[in-house]
Amino acid sequence: MSRTDLSLQAAGEERAARESPPEAARARQARGEARRVVERLRLGSYTWLVLVLVAVIVGFSIKSSAFLSQSNWLNTSSTATEVLMLAIGQTFVIVAGQIDLSDGAVLGLSGMAGGWVMSEIGGSATGTTADLVIVAGFASAIAVGVIVGVVNGLLTARYRIPSFVVTLGTLGICTGIADLVYNGQEISQIPSGVGTIGSTDLGGWIPIPVLVAAVFTVGGALALSRTRFGEHTYAIGDSREAAVRAGIRDTRHLVKIFMLSSILSAVAGILVMTRLAVAAPTSGANDELDAIAAVVIGGASLFGGKGTILGSLLGTALIAVLLTGLIIINVPPFWQLVAVGVVLIAAVYVDQFKERGKGA
Amino acid sequence: MVEALLERGAPLLELQGVEKSFGPVRALDGIDLTIQAGKVTALCGDNGAGKSVTIKIISGIVPADAGEIVWRGRPVRIHTPRDAAALGIATVYQDLALCDNLDIVQNMFLGRETVRAAVLSEAPMEIAARRTLADLHVTTVRSIRQPVASLSGGQRQSVAVARAVLWNSQLMILDEPTAALGVSQTAMVLELVRRLAEQGYAVLIVSHNLNDVFEVADRIAVLHLGQMVAQGDVGQFDRQSVVELMTTGALVRNGAPPPGGPVLDGSRED
Repeated sequence: MSRTDLSLQAAGEERAARESPPEAARARQARGEARRVVERLRLGSYTWLVLVLVAVIVGFSIKSSAFLSQSNWLNTSSTATEVLMLAIGQTFVIVAGQIDLSDGAVLGLSGMAGGWVMSEIGGSATGTTADLVIVAGFASAIAVGVIVGVVNGLLTARYRIPSFVVTLGTLGICTGIADLVYNGQEISQIPSGVGTIGSTDLGGWIPIPVLVAAVFTVGGALALSRTRFGEHTYAIGDSREAAVRAGIRDTRHLVKIFMLSSILSAVAGILVMTRLAVAAPTSGANDELDAIAAVVIGGASLFGGKGTILGSLLGTALIAVLLTGLIIINVPPFWQLVAVGVVLIAAVYVDQFKERGKGA
Repeated sequence: MVEALLERGAPLLELQGVEKSFGPVRALDGIDLTIQAGKVTALCGDNGAGKSVTIKIISGIVPADAGEIVWRGRPVRIHTPRDAAALGIATVYQDLALCDNLDIVQNMFLGRETVRAAVLSEAPMEIAARRTLADLHVTTVRSIRQPVASLSGGQRQSVAVARAVLWNSQLMILDEPTAALGVSQTAMVLELVRRLAEQGYAVLIVSHNLNDVFEVADRIAVLHLGQMVAQGDVGQFDRQSVVELMTTGALVRNGAPPPGGPVLDGSRED
């Protein structure tokens, strides 16, 4: 391109704005907006990931006819839901240059808190009372998320303790308390309506937890890519110094991000509880590692400033497909961890390779 | 607060008797400095002369201990960077102020994004960014949607300056803008500085490089050990006199008093 392109383009736009009627201008603006949305998705950067995902799915389908079945879809999508909810929050956290190791533990603790409240105030209630009990239980699960999120955020942003340390601490604290709540036991004295929510499949194909996760995914993608909140998240992760100089309130923003992550973990805790119809203290254990792996496989950088919800969705899909697919083709389940580890390292290597290619 | 630019040559910012100490160290010993609209003022001085403290006081990073700051004829207080920004003072740092992974438009609007119904409206931001860059004749960037990590040092500097212009700044402080740049990049930044002055902005440029200073400055102010030893139009100086003032605080060669400012000959008898 020539040196004068920019000014010519600007002049052209001004002239066009003067001469054409407002409808045409609006239409042109809408077209420009649409092009920008597509550009911002940066679909090209997911080519590798999509190819690998398709290859894995084709491979499993050839190996076993059970892979492309309705029951496996329901199984895979439910597995993915749990990781995906954590991965959405984790994407915001990682883009902001932080990490949240506590989200799996928050999933477990919030489920236990919700289960305990329901069993205490009316685990065997029916009718309208049961509905109120369920609302109270879900609300207390969310409250746990809010509290842990505020603690994580304040300790990281205001008191400047590295988030790795803070959330490693709250990971232990939440796991411990989740066991303390009911002496390490599951809580099954909860209204039967809870299990009904989780076992309802819309049209036989879309479990309600999957639908809920889909809504959060779309919401998260819009928030990260199209709002001021998302823009400031990238800025803080990219250069906190520059963000502060631009007048962004970094402490407040980071607290919000950790709250978002913990609240989404609490929602995941509720979804798991609806699927199992019990509150289990072991729910969510080690899920944070799958979530972080999904986000990083999706192209996010642990140094901050890079990552998208769409990438995290694809990363989650790849992990979920590997986890269920390996079981279906009768590979011993221990290989699951090995497979996810290999994919994680390979994904980061390929990503760096591409970066280097671009830089040259 | 958006005010029209002052007429060229009118005093925009005046420091009067500004003092600053850090513990027992007297960093600024009652300096006077006048920055005029539409002119480039170069602040010169050896290491430790007080250049950094001076710009930190103007940009609100450290408060002055004593003395007056007068902005457009009114005494003002500058205690925080926000105070400075509200007046229309922008400090352009070479590396700290931009987010590498964000693109040019995002960086120019960072913290003041245009939003409609909670969603970023990209089109108006792109148009304003493009217009501002075109006004400053910054035409070498390939796309305003490329991340600033892919820009050259001079282009990054231009984006930071364009951002200040976009936000209605009237005084741009450039701290060593050419320190890390090659020859052509330096020329590009100096050209941009000239253009800013021509368009009525006041520029305060801090530089070690006297070639740059004489190429771009309308006025020169020389600091030596916390005192303003000379201040005046560029025509009153030559390279040799600036070097002498920077290193010794006085003109030793011909004994003539340095232009403007508090004359040292009488004031420093030690």
